[in-house]
Amino acid sequence: MSGAALLVLADGRFPAGGHAHSGGAEAAVKAGRITGAASLEDFCRGRLHTSGRVAAALAAAAALGVDPSLLDEAADARTPSPALRAVARRLGRQLMRAARATWPADELDAVAGQFPKGAHQPVVLGLAARSAGLGAADAAYCAAYESVSGPATATVRLLSLDPFEATAVLARLAPEVDRVVDLAAEAAGRVAEEGVDALPAGSAPVLEISAEAHAGWPVRLFAS
Amino acid sequence: MHVDHSPSHDGPAVGADARRADGSRRALRIGLGGPVGSGKTATVAALCRALRQELSLAVVTNDIYTREDADFLLREAVLPPERITAVETGACPHTAIRDDISANLEAVEDLEDEVGPLDLVLVESGGDNLTATFSKGLVDAQIFVIDVAGGDDIPRKGGPGVTTADLLVVNKTDLAPYVGSDLGRMAADAKAQRAELPVVFQSLRSEAGVTDVAAWVRARLAEWTA
Repeated sequence: MSGAALLVLADGRFPAGGHAHSGGAEAAVKAGRITGAASLEDFCRGRLHTSGRVAAALAAAAALGVDPSLLDEAADARTPSPALRAVARRLGRQLMRAARATWPADELDAVAGQFPKGAHQPVVLGLAARSAGLGAADAAYCAAYESVSGPATATVRLLSLDPFEATAVLARLAPEVDRVVDLAAEAAGRVAEEGVDALPAGSAPVLEISAEAHAGWPVRLFAS
Repeated sequence: MHVDHSPSHDGPAVGADARRADGSRRALRIGLGGPVGSGKTATVAALCRALRQELSLAVVTNDIYTREDADFLLREAVLPPERITAVETGACPHTAIRDDISANLEAVEDLEDEVGPLDLVLVESGGDNLTATFSKGLVDAQIFVIDVAGGDDIPRKGGPGVTTADLLVVNKTDLAPYVGSDLGRMAADAKAQRAELPVVFQSLRSEAGVTDVAAWVRARLAEWTA
Protein backbone atom coordinates (compact mmCIF):
# COMPACT_ATOMS: atom_id res chain seq x y z
CA MET A 1 0.00 0.00 0.00
CA SER A 2 0.94 3.62 -0.31
CA GLY A 3 0.16 5.93 2.57
CA ALA A 4 0.19 8.90 0.22
CA ALA A 5 -2.38 7.31 -2.12
CA LEU A 6 -4.66 6.92 0.90
CA LEU A 7 -4.33 10.63 1.62
CA VAL A 8 -5.24 11.46 -2.00
CA LEU A 9 -8.39 9.32 -1.86
CA ALA A 10 -9.44 10.47 1.61
CA ASP A 11 -8.83 14.16 0.90
CA GLY A 12 -12.03 16.18 1.30
CA ARG A 13 -11.07 17.98 -1.90
CA PHE A 14 -11.04 14.77 -3.95
CA PRO A 15 -13.39 15.89 -6.76
CA ALA A 16 -16.17 13.34 -6.45
CA GLY A 17 -19.20 15.47 -5.65
CA GLY A 18 -19.29 15.14 -1.86
CA HIS A 19 -19.23 18.89 -1.29
CA ALA A 20 -22.90 19.22 -2.30
CA HIS A 21 -24.11 16.73 0.34
CA SER A 22 -24.51 17.12 4.09
CA GLY A 23 -24.94 13.48 5.10
CA GLY A 24 -28.25 14.30 6.75
CA ALA A 25 -26.87 17.26 8.69
CA GLU A 26 -29.09 19.83 6.93
CA ALA A 27 -32.26 18.00 7.93
CA ALA A 28 -30.93 17.51 11.47
CA VAL A 29 -30.06 21.19 11.81
CA LYS A 30 -33.52 22.24 10.62
CA ALA A 31 -35.15 19.82 13.07
CA GLY A 32 -33.07 21.20 15.94
CA ARG A 33 -31.13 17.99 16.45
CA ILE A 34 -27.80 19.64 15.64
CA THR A 35 -27.35 23.01 17.35
CA GLY A 36 -23.63 23.10 18.13
CA ALA A 37 -20.47 21.08 18.53
CA ALA A 38 -21.83 18.68 21.19
CA SER A 39 -24.92 17.70 19.22
CA LEU A 40 -22.86 17.52 16.03
CA GLU A 41 -20.67 14.97 17.81
CA ASP A 42 -23.73 12.94 18.84
CA PHE A 43 -25.06 13.03 15.30
CA CYS A 44 -21.73 11.98 13.79
CA ARG A 45 -21.29 9.19 16.33
CA GLY A 46 -24.70 7.79 15.41
CA ARG A 47 -23.96 7.97 11.71
CA LEU A 48 -20.53 6.42 12.13
CA HIS A 49 -21.81 3.34 13.96
CA THR A 50 -24.76 2.75 11.61
CA SER A 51 -24.52 3.78 7.96
CA GLY A 52 -20.82 4.60 8.39
CA ARG A 53 -20.00 1.08 9.52
CA VAL A 54 -22.07 -0.43 6.70
CA ALA A 55 -20.34 1.80 4.15
CA ALA A 56 -16.92 0.92 5.57
CA ALA A 57 -17.61 -2.82 5.33
CA LEU A 58 -18.93 -2.51 1.76
CA ALA A 59 -15.85 -0.51 0.74
CA ALA A 60 -13.52 -3.01 2.40
CA ALA A 61 -15.22 -5.94 0.67
CA ALA A 62 -15.00 -4.21 -2.72
CA ALA A 63 -11.31 -3.52 -2.08
CA LEU A 64 -10.82 -7.23 -1.40
CA GLY A 65 -12.27 -8.06 -4.81
CA VAL A 66 -15.77 -9.25 -3.88
CA ASP A 67 -18.14 -9.10 -6.91
CA PRO A 68 -19.33 -5.46 -7.12
CA SER A 69 -22.85 -6.42 -8.26
CA LEU A 70 -23.34 -8.57 -5.15
CA LEU A 71 -22.12 -5.70 -2.99
CA ASP A 72 -24.34 -3.23 -4.83
CA GLU A 73 -27.38 -5.41 -4.11
CA ALA A 74 -26.27 -5.71 -0.48
CA ALA A 75 -26.01 -1.91 -0.31
CA ASP A 76 -29.54 -1.52 -1.73
CA ALA A 77 -30.87 -3.94 0.89
CA ARG A 78 -29.18 -1.92 3.64
CA THR A 79 -30.55 1.45 2.43
CA PRO A 80 -34.32 1.60 3.01
CA SER A 81 -34.78 5.20 1.79
CA PRO A 82 -35.17 5.48 -2.01
CA ALA A 83 -33.80 9.04 -1.79
CA LEU A 84 -30.62 7.80 -0.10
CA ARG A 85 -30.25 4.99 -2.62
CA ALA A 86 -30.45 7.54 -5.42
CA VAL A 87 -27.90 9.76 -3.68
CA ALA A 88 -25.54 6.80 -3.14
CA ARG A 89 -25.69 5.91 -6.82
CA ARG A 90 -25.24 9.50 -7.96
CA LEU A 91 -22.19 9.88 -5.71
CA GLY A 92 -20.92 6.48 -6.85
CA ARG A 93 -21.11 7.62 -10.46
CA GLN A 94 -19.28 10.84 -9.66
CA LEU A 95 -16.60 9.00 -7.70
CA MET A 96 -16.21 6.51 -10.54
CA ARG A 97 -15.41 9.33 -12.95
CA ALA A 98 -12.81 10.80 -10.61
CA ALA A 99 -11.29 7.38 -9.86
CA ARG A 100 -10.98 6.41 -13.53
CA ALA A 101 -9.22 9.68 -14.28
CA THR A 102 -6.98 9.35 -11.21
CA TRP A 103 -6.13 5.63 -11.12
CA PRO A 104 -7.08 4.19 -14.56
CA ALA A 105 -7.86 0.46 -14.42
CA ASP A 106 -9.72 -2.04 -16.61
CA GLU A 107 -11.69 -3.16 -13.58
CA LEU A 108 -13.05 0.36 -13.04
CA ASP A 109 -13.96 0.67 -16.74
CA ALA A 110 -15.84 -2.62 -16.57
CA VAL A 111 -17.87 -1.61 -13.50
CA ALA A 112 -18.57 1.81 -15.01
CA GLY A 113 -19.98 0.06 -18.08
CA GLN A 114 -22.02 -2.29 -15.91
CA PHE A 115 -23.52 0.59 -13.86
CA PRO A 116 -23.84 3.56 -16.25
CA LYS A 117 -25.99 5.47 -13.73
CA GLY A 118 -23.72 4.58 -10.84
CA ALA A 119 -23.15 1.81 -8.29
CA HIS A 120 -23.44 2.56 -4.57
CA GLN A 121 -20.71 4.99 -3.55
CA PRO A 122 -19.03 2.77 -0.90
CA VAL A 123 -18.67 -0.03 -3.46
CA VAL A 124 -17.02 2.35 -5.93
CA LEU A 125 -14.88 3.70 -3.10
CA GLY A 126 -13.54 0.19 -2.44
CA LEU A 127 -12.82 -0.31 -6.14
CA ALA A 128 -11.07 3.05 -6.29
CA ALA A 129 -8.93 2.06 -3.31
CA ARG A 130 -8.08 -1.21 -5.05
CA SER A 131 -7.02 0.65 -8.21
CA ALA A 132 -4.90 2.94 -6.08
CA GLY A 133 -3.08 -0.07 -4.65
CA LEU A 134 -4.73 0.29 -1.27
CA GLY A 135 -6.08 -2.44 1.02
CA ALA A 136 -9.40 -3.26 2.66
CA ALA A 137 -8.69 -1.33 5.85
CA ASP A 138 -7.68 1.73 3.82
CA ALA A 139 -10.97 1.64 1.93
CA ALA A 140 -12.85 1.22 5.21
CA TYR A 141 -11.01 4.23 6.63
CA CYS A 142 -12.08 6.42 3.71
CA ALA A 143 -15.73 5.38 4.08
CA ALA A 144 -15.86 5.61 7.86
CA TYR A 145 -14.13 8.98 7.95
CA GLU A 146 -16.34 10.35 5.18
CA SER A 147 -19.42 9.35 7.18
CA VAL A 148 -18.47 11.92 9.82
CA SER A 149 -16.41 14.50 7.93
CA GLY A 150 -19.23 15.25 5.48
CA PRO A 151 -21.76 16.27 8.16
CA ALA A 152 -19.08 18.17 10.10
CA THR A 153 -18.08 20.28 7.08
CA ALA A 154 -21.71 20.88 6.17
CA THR A 155 -22.55 22.00 9.71
CA VAL A 156 -19.82 24.64 9.56
CA ARG A 157 -21.71 26.13 6.61
CA LEU A 158 -25.22 25.55 7.96
CA LEU A 159 -24.74 26.90 11.50
CA SER A 160 -21.66 29.05 10.98
CA LEU A 161 -20.19 26.70 13.57
CA ASP A 162 -16.62 27.50 14.59
CA PRO A 163 -14.54 25.36 12.17
CA PHE A 164 -12.03 24.59 14.93
CA GLU A 165 -14.80 23.09 17.03
CA ALA A 166 -16.03 21.01 14.11
CA THR A 167 -12.53 19.66 13.49
CA ALA A 168 -12.11 18.90 17.19
CA VAL A 169 -15.30 16.81 16.97
CA LEU A 170 -13.66 14.73 14.23
CA ALA A 171 -10.51 14.33 16.31
CA ARG A 172 -12.52 13.17 19.34
CA LEU A 173 -14.28 10.58 17.15
CA ALA A 174 -10.99 9.24 15.74
CA PRO A 175 -10.64 6.30 18.19
CA GLU A 176 -14.18 5.22 17.34
CA VAL A 177 -13.43 5.49 13.63
CA ASP A 178 -10.48 3.16 14.23
CA ARG A 179 -12.75 0.66 15.97
CA VAL A 180 -15.41 0.82 13.23
CA VAL A 181 -12.72 0.23 10.59
CA ASP A 182 -11.47 -2.86 12.45
CA LEU A 183 -14.99 -4.28 12.66
CA ALA A 184 -15.75 -3.45 9.04
CA ALA A 185 -12.55 -4.97 7.70
CA GLU A 186 -13.09 -8.10 9.79
CA ALA A 187 -16.63 -8.51 8.42
CA ALA A 188 -15.44 -7.90 4.86
CA GLY A 189 -12.86 -10.63 5.30
CA ARG A 190 -15.62 -13.15 6.03
CA VAL A 191 -17.64 -12.37 2.88
CA ALA A 192 -15.65 -14.75 0.67
CA GLU A 193 -16.71 -17.65 2.88
CA GLU A 194 -20.07 -16.54 4.30
CA GLY A 195 -21.44 -14.33 1.54
CA VAL A 196 -22.66 -10.74 1.88
CA ASP A 197 -24.75 -11.62 4.94
CA ALA A 198 -21.47 -11.32 6.85
CA LEU A 199 -21.63 -7.55 6.24
CA PRO A 200 -23.13 -5.38 8.99
CA ALA A 201 -26.67 -4.07 8.44
CA GLY A 202 -26.93 -1.28 10.98
CA SER A 203 -29.33 1.47 10.08
CA ALA A 204 -30.45 4.81 11.51
CA PRO A 205 -34.19 5.17 10.93
CA VAL A 206 -34.23 8.92 11.59
CA LEU A 207 -31.53 9.46 8.95
CA GLU A 208 -33.53 7.44 6.45
CA ILE A 209 -36.85 9.16 7.20
CA SER A 210 -35.44 12.68 7.31
CA ALA A 211 -33.61 12.06 4.01
CA GLU A 212 -36.97 11.34 2.38
CA ALA A 213 -38.42 14.59 3.74
CA HIS A 214 -35.31 16.59 2.83
CA ALA A 215 -35.48 15.38 -0.78
CA GLY A 216 -38.82 17.19 -1.08
CA TRP A 217 -37.72 20.56 0.31
CA PRO A 218 -38.04 23.32 -2.29
CA VAL A 219 -35.23 25.39 -0.73
CA ARG A 220 -32.09 23.78 0.65
CA LEU A 221 -28.35 24.31 0.65
CA PHE A 222 -27.37 20.66 0.17
CA ALA A 223 -28.53 17.95 -2.21
CA SER A 224 -28.90 15.48 0.70
CA MET B 1 -9.61 26.30 -26.36
CA HIS B 2 -10.34 22.65 -25.78
CA VAL B 3 -8.47 19.42 -25.27
CA ASP B 4 -9.11 17.21 -28.26
CA HIS B 5 -8.15 13.62 -27.68
CA SER B 6 -9.98 10.35 -28.03
CA PRO B 7 -11.11 8.68 -24.83
CA SER B 8 -9.26 5.44 -24.22
CA HIS B 9 -12.11 3.83 -22.33
CA ASP B 10 -15.78 2.92 -22.51
CA GLY B 11 -18.49 4.59 -20.50
CA PRO B 12 -18.70 8.29 -19.66
CA ALA B 13 -16.02 10.52 -21.06
CA VAL B 14 -13.64 12.19 -18.67
CA GLY B 15 -13.81 15.97 -18.35
CA ALA B 16 -12.61 17.68 -21.44
CA ASP B 17 -12.81 14.73 -23.85
CA ALA B 18 -14.18 16.12 -27.10
CA ARG B 19 -15.92 12.89 -28.01
CA ARG B 20 -18.64 10.95 -26.28
CA ALA B 21 -18.33 7.30 -25.33
CA ASP B 22 -19.88 6.24 -28.64
CA GLY B 23 -17.26 8.24 -30.58
CA SER B 24 -19.60 11.04 -31.69
CA ARG B 25 -18.54 14.63 -31.13
CA ARG B 26 -20.11 16.10 -28.02
CA ALA B 27 -21.88 19.45 -27.81
CA LEU B 28 -19.92 22.67 -27.36
CA ARG B 29 -20.15 23.72 -23.69
CA ILE B 30 -20.17 27.41 -22.79
CA GLY B 31 -20.16 28.62 -19.17
CA LEU B 32 -21.77 31.84 -17.95
CA GLY B 33 -20.58 33.23 -14.62
CA GLY B 34 -20.58 36.53 -12.78
CA PRO B 35 -21.82 38.33 -9.67
CA VAL B 36 -25.34 37.96 -8.26
CA GLY B 37 -27.95 39.93 -10.18
CA SER B 38 -25.78 40.85 -13.16
CA GLY B 39 -28.19 39.26 -15.64
CA LYS B 40 -26.75 35.80 -16.28
CA THR B 41 -30.12 34.05 -16.33
CA ALA B 42 -31.69 36.78 -18.46
CA THR B 43 -28.78 36.44 -20.91
CA VAL B 44 -29.20 32.66 -20.99
CA ALA B 45 -32.93 33.10 -21.65
CA ALA B 46 -32.24 35.60 -24.44
CA LEU B 47 -29.62 33.31 -25.99
CA CYS B 48 -32.07 30.40 -25.95
CA ARG B 49 -34.69 32.51 -27.74
CA ALA B 50 -32.13 33.73 -30.28
CA LEU B 51 -30.59 30.32 -31.03
CA ARG B 52 -33.26 27.67 -30.45
CA GLN B 53 -34.55 27.76 -34.03
CA GLU B 54 -31.13 27.08 -35.54
CA LEU B 55 -29.46 24.89 -32.87
CA SER B 56 -30.26 21.97 -30.64
CA LEU B 57 -29.46 23.34 -27.19
CA ALA B 58 -29.81 22.65 -23.48
CA VAL B 59 -29.07 24.49 -20.23
CA VAL B 60 -27.55 23.43 -16.89
CA THR B 61 -28.07 25.82 -13.98
CA ASN B 62 -26.06 25.86 -10.74
CA ASP B 63 -28.16 27.57 -8.11
CA ILE B 64 -26.86 28.35 -4.66
CA TYR B 65 -29.73 27.01 -2.62
CA THR B 66 -32.85 26.83 -4.77
CA ARG B 67 -34.01 26.01 -8.27
CA GLU B 68 -34.78 29.70 -8.93
CA ASP B 69 -32.75 30.01 -12.11
CA ALA B 70 -33.99 26.74 -13.57
CA ASP B 71 -37.55 27.69 -12.58
CA PHE B 72 -37.20 31.11 -14.22
CA LEU B 73 -36.12 29.50 -17.48
CA LEU B 74 -38.97 27.01 -17.25
CA ARG B 75 -41.51 29.76 -16.53
CA GLU B 76 -40.25 31.79 -19.45
CA ALA B 77 -40.56 28.64 -21.56
CA VAL B 78 -37.32 29.41 -23.39
CA LEU B 79 -36.77 25.67 -23.85
CA PRO B 80 -38.82 22.54 -23.24
CA PRO B 81 -38.41 21.42 -19.59
CA GLU B 82 -36.46 18.28 -20.46
CA ARG B 83 -33.68 20.49 -21.85
CA ILE B 84 -33.09 22.30 -18.54
CA THR B 85 -31.30 20.65 -15.60
CA ALA B 86 -30.55 22.15 -12.18
CA VAL B 87 -27.38 21.05 -10.37
CA GLU B 88 -27.28 21.47 -6.59
CA THR B 89 -24.06 23.00 -5.36
CA GLY B 90 -23.99 22.68 -1.55
CA ALA B 91 -23.97 26.48 -1.23
CA CYS B 92 -20.83 26.83 -3.36
CA PRO B 93 -21.39 27.34 -7.10
CA HIS B 94 -17.68 28.02 -7.61
CA THR B 95 -16.85 24.58 -6.24
CA ALA B 96 -19.31 22.92 -8.61
CA ILE B 97 -18.07 24.77 -11.70
CA ARG B 98 -14.35 24.75 -10.94
CA ASP B 99 -13.02 22.54 -8.12
CA ASP B 100 -15.34 19.54 -8.33
CA ILE B 101 -17.10 19.46 -11.67
CA SER B 102 -18.41 15.90 -11.48
CA ALA B 103 -22.09 16.76 -10.94
CA ASN B 104 -22.05 19.24 -13.82
CA LEU B 105 -20.36 16.78 -16.18
CA GLU B 106 -23.01 14.24 -15.35
CA ALA B 107 -25.81 16.73 -15.99
CA VAL B 108 -24.30 17.61 -19.36
CA GLU B 109 -23.86 13.96 -20.34
CA ASP B 110 -27.37 13.02 -19.23
CA LEU B 111 -28.82 15.85 -21.33
CA GLU B 112 -26.90 14.61 -24.37
CA ASP B 113 -28.14 11.06 -23.71
CA GLU B 114 -31.75 12.02 -23.11
CA VAL B 115 -32.50 14.91 -25.49
CA GLY B 116 -29.46 14.81 -27.79
CA PRO B 117 -27.87 15.12 -30.17
CA LEU B 118 -27.08 18.62 -28.95
CA ASP B 119 -25.05 21.38 -30.59
CA LEU B 120 -24.65 23.57 -27.54
CA VAL B 121 -24.98 23.30 -23.76
CA LEU B 122 -25.03 26.53 -21.72
CA VAL B 123 -23.77 25.98 -18.16
CA GLU B 124 -24.86 28.83 -15.90
CA SER B 125 -23.21 29.42 -12.54
CA GLY B 126 -25.16 30.78 -9.61
CA GLY B 127 -24.11 34.35 -8.78
CA ASP B 128 -20.71 34.30 -7.16
CA ASN B 129 -17.65 36.46 -6.64
CA LEU B 130 -15.17 37.98 -9.09
CA THR B 131 -12.78 35.03 -8.81
CA ALA B 132 -15.31 32.37 -9.87
CA THR B 133 -14.27 30.80 -13.16
CA PHE B 134 -15.20 27.57 -14.89
CA SER B 135 -12.87 24.58 -15.09
CA LYS B 136 -11.52 23.82 -18.56
CA GLY B 137 -12.61 20.25 -17.83
CA LEU B 138 -16.24 21.42 -17.81
CA VAL B 139 -16.58 24.12 -20.47
CA ASP B 140 -14.87 24.97 -23.74
CA ALA B 141 -15.36 28.71 -23.38
CA GLN B 142 -16.71 31.03 -20.72
CA ILE B 143 -18.62 34.28 -20.59
CA PHE B 144 -18.36 36.54 -17.54
CA VAL B 145 -21.39 38.79 -17.04
CA ILE B 146 -21.16 41.98 -14.98
CA ASP B 147 -23.52 44.96 -15.01
CA VAL B 148 -23.19 48.70 -14.85
CA ALA B 149 -25.22 48.95 -11.64
CA GLY B 150 -22.75 46.76 -9.73
CA GLY B 151 -20.24 49.60 -9.85
CA ASP B 152 -18.25 50.91 -12.81
CA ASP B 153 -14.99 50.04 -11.02
CA ILE B 154 -15.41 46.27 -11.48
CA PRO B 155 -13.43 46.11 -14.75
CA ARG B 156 -10.62 48.09 -13.08
CA LYS B 157 -10.58 45.72 -10.08
CA GLY B 158 -10.12 42.79 -12.44
CA GLY B 159 -9.98 39.29 -10.99
CA PRO B 160 -9.93 35.99 -12.88
CA GLY B 161 -13.49 36.34 -14.22
CA VAL B 162 -13.04 39.82 -15.68
CA THR B 163 -9.47 39.24 -16.81
CA THR B 164 -9.52 35.74 -18.31
CA ALA B 165 -13.08 35.00 -19.49
CA ASP B 166 -13.28 34.39 -23.23
CA LEU B 167 -16.00 37.04 -23.42
CA LEU B 168 -16.78 39.81 -20.94
CA VAL B 169 -20.37 41.09 -21.05
CA VAL B 170 -21.17 44.44 -19.45
CA ASN B 171 -24.93 44.21 -19.01
CA LYS B 172 -27.78 46.69 -18.33
CA THR B 173 -26.11 49.58 -20.19
CA ASP B 174 -29.54 51.27 -20.26
CA LEU B 175 -29.17 51.87 -16.51
CA ALA B 176 -25.81 53.65 -16.75
CA PRO B 177 -27.20 57.22 -16.63
CA TYR B 178 -29.32 56.40 -13.56
CA VAL B 179 -26.56 54.82 -11.48
CA GLY B 180 -23.76 57.18 -12.51
CA SER B 181 -21.68 54.56 -14.30
CA ASP B 182 -19.20 55.75 -16.90
CA LEU B 183 -19.35 53.29 -19.82
CA GLY B 184 -16.27 54.83 -21.46
CA ARG B 185 -14.26 54.27 -18.32
CA MET B 186 -15.53 50.70 -18.02
CA ALA B 187 -14.52 50.01 -21.62
CA ALA B 188 -11.04 51.48 -21.12
CA ASP B 189 -10.50 49.56 -17.88
CA ALA B 190 -11.69 46.31 -19.48
CA LYS B 191 -9.34 46.87 -22.41
CA ALA B 192 -6.46 47.40 -19.99
CA GLN B 193 -7.27 44.18 -18.09
CA ARG B 194 -8.07 42.00 -21.10
CA ALA B 195 -5.87 43.23 -23.96
CA GLU B 196 -7.30 41.58 -27.09
CA LEU B 197 -10.04 39.51 -25.41
CA PRO B 198 -13.50 40.71 -26.51
CA VAL B 199 -15.99 42.78 -24.48
CA VAL B 200 -19.68 43.27 -25.29
CA PHE B 201 -21.78 46.09 -23.85
CA GLN B 202 -25.41 45.04 -23.91
CA SER B 203 -28.87 46.04 -22.81
CA LEU B 204 -31.41 43.25 -23.11
CA ARG B 205 -34.12 45.94 -23.13
CA SER B 206 -32.76 47.49 -26.31
CA GLU B 207 -33.66 46.32 -29.77
CA ALA B 208 -30.24 44.76 -30.33
CA GLY B 209 -30.64 42.72 -27.13
CA VAL B 210 -28.43 39.67 -27.06
CA THR B 211 -27.39 39.91 -30.73
CA ASP B 212 -23.66 40.45 -30.15
CA VAL B 213 -23.35 37.66 -27.61
CA ALA B 214 -25.33 35.29 -29.85
CA ALA B 215 -22.97 36.13 -32.73
CA TRP B 216 -19.97 35.35 -30.50
CA VAL B 217 -21.55 32.00 -29.53
CA ARG B 218 -22.14 31.17 -33.21
CA ALA B 219 -18.49 31.90 -33.95
CA ARG B 220 -17.34 29.55 -31.13
CA LEU B 221 -19.64 26.87 -32.48
CA ALA B 222 -18.23 27.30 -35.97
CA GLU B 223 -14.73 26.77 -34.53
CA TRP B 224 -15.88 23.76 -32.53
CA THR B 225 -17.45 21.97 -35.47
CA ALA B 226 -14.77 22.97 -37.99
